[in-house]
Amino acid sequence: MTTLVNTRPPDRGWRLFLRTIVARAYPRVVGQQREKAWIFFETFLPFLATVGYIYVYRAMQAPEDYIGFVVMGGAMTAFWLNVMWSMASQLYWEKESGNLALYVMAPNSLMAILLGMALGGMFATTLRAVIITVLGSLLFGIQFQVSSYLQLLVVFVLTMTALYGLGMLLASLFLLWGREAWQISVALQEPIYFLSGFYFPIRSFGFAIAMSASIVPLTLGMDAMRQLVFATGPALGFLPVQVEVAVLLVLAVGFVAAARFWLSYMERRAIEEGTLTDRRR
Amino acid sequence: MSDPQAIRVENLGRVYKIRAVKKGEARERVALTDVNLDVPRGELFGLLGPNGAGKTTLIKILTTLLAPTTGRALVAGYDVARQAPEVRPRINMVSGGESSGYGLLTVRENLWMFGQFYGLDTQTTHARIDALLEIVGLADRAHTKTSDLSTGLRQKMNIVRGFLTDPEVVFLDEPTLGLDVGASRDIRRFVRQWMAERAGRTVLLTTHYMAEADELCDRVAIINAGRVLACDTPANLKRRLQREALFKLETSPLVNGALTTFQTLPGVRKVLHAPHDGFSALDLSLEADSALSGVIGALTAHNASIISLQKREPTLEDVFVDVVGMSMTEAEKHGD
Ligand SMILES: Nc1ncnc2c1ncn2[C@@H]1O[C@H](COP(=O)(O)OP(=O)(O)OP(=O)(O)O)[C@@H](O)[C@H]1O
Ligand SMILES: [Mg+2]
Repeated sequence: MTTLVNTRPPDRGWRLFLRTIVARAYPRVVGQQREKAWIFFETFLPFLATVGYIYVYRAMQAPEDYIGFVVMGGAMTAFWLNVMWSMASQLYWEKESGNLALYVMAPNSLMAILLGMALGGMFATTLRAVIITVLGSLLFGIQFQVSSYLQLLVVFVLTMTALYGLGMLLASLFLLWGREAWQISVALQEPIYFLSGFYFPIRSFGFAIAMSASIVPLTLGMDAMRQLVFATGPALGFLPVQVEVAVLLVLAVGFVAAARFWLSYMERRAIEEGTLTDRRR
Repeated sequence: MSDPQAIRVENLGRVYKIRAVKKGEARERVALTDVNLDVPRGELFGLLGPNGAGKTTLIKILTTLLAPTTGRALVAGYDVARQAPEVRPRINMVSGGESSGYGLLTVRENLWMFGQFYGLDTQTTHARIDALLEIVGLADRAHTKTSDLSTGLRQKMNIVRGFLTDPEVVFLDEPTLGLDVGASRDIRRFVRQWMAERAGRTVLLTTHYMAEADELCDRVAIINAGRVLACDTPANLKRRLQREALFKLETSPLVNGALTTFQTLPGVRKVLHAPHDGFSALDLSLEADSALSGVIGALTAHNASIISLQKREPTLEDVFVDVVGMSMTEAEKHGD
């Protein structure tokens, strides 16, 4: 076992933080490609829903850009599904499998584990979102008219940060509250689909409802992206893009900070109460 | 700087709060009471105790996963409650039957991932994975998906995970739980070899297999109902019983009444009775060989015939009965 001798001392501090993020992202990126059921679940289902809405809109002879809205909504659904099914409940499952205790026991920070989960999920899901967008655009002849690629990028990155920040926050809360929280969020899934405007502009809801729906980062993110990508987008937008960017920034910072707070609170409490592991172990 | 004691445990206690099922029922469960232990560096230390004795609770406290209620514990010279960031890079833990890692990853990928969490560079990680997989006999499975491994192979991977980071102190919580004879032997051999090659490294292992503790450990603490009742080398623990004469006796089937008679005979310290199909097995603990004649006389009086009689050396099992007052199996029924 002479090879055990260190060639180099182990990393600490921010290097360890980065290593942890990459290592925890790895099973997300690789695993998602290996699990055929997930590919079906996260690509095919949103795509089907998208196609369904498109035919309804065509039948109603809705404005042609609505079709584009729907394709974009379908692509963004992939991210939402990923956050709900593979992010929010993840720490809960990590606890069941015994990984959580090992993560806490290791010299890394739990925040790095959560960030790794988020980045890995985001990366793998981006592939699906691209597939949905490209397929949808080709099949239904969507016309894009991007007014600013830079703004589009900023909006996308902010939306993702806020969305996965929300996922990280939910992950820590679920760990604390267990199955009950999970059931509530499953029940909320459909209303959130509806209110976030995956398949139509939220402007149609009126100000109060649209504003409340904006707590879910995808709502404003999608609205802003539609404004930047489609010719009639700005006319159908809810708030000016600049305002939406500002709100998204607040959401992103807020969710990530809240996740960090709850995570360390949860860790401290679980160590006091002995709830880091499943009772059977 | 470096504490000669790998583990110091001082007056440690842990109480769990539990939800009362019925009103008026106890809302607390005492898992550990006033535990004191010192484990010097380089020792393979065993915690032997029945289900519910508090072994896992003690390991969780020592691995910074659970806060003590009273007292304190130091690992590698650092307080587990107050200096967890110092303790964590120096330790690792493997539990029996754990399902850590991700089933979709291969053995190598899982191990690499856990190595990264400890800041190991990729080159070192892979070199160590190769070396360790070779020793546990898993080298040909490096590219197998973890979900496809059998229980024994999975546990071998877990063992490699625990030693991959070259920890100063390793905690093994019933590492051979539920494994077949071969896999258990491989794991014990691995632990022994690692201890031999890595001077100054410490292993604390819990088990409720007596033979495992006896065979593997430099010193053993017997723990029951949250208390450490004895702590010494297996040889010394057994030597304390050498004053007694131990016999294994098989007779024609005995009625329970006969047993009570034996227990009151002069010179008889303890009789354990196990009825079998067609015969009775007795485990006698006598003050001296001379007390045997009384037992044989009583057997004849009960019309029982002797099938076999054998004198035997004390085992840790006997030590357990001696300090706890009942056998491991009885203690487990008592426990929860
Ligand atoms: N999280 C918990 N909440 C409440 N009680 C607990 C908890 N964990 C353990 N206990 C109780 O504390 C006592 C000691 O448990 P522990 O798991 O430490 O025993 P053990 O020696 O490891 O047993 P085993 O051989 O079954 O693993 C038991 O009575 C157990 O029921
Ligand atoms: Mg245990």
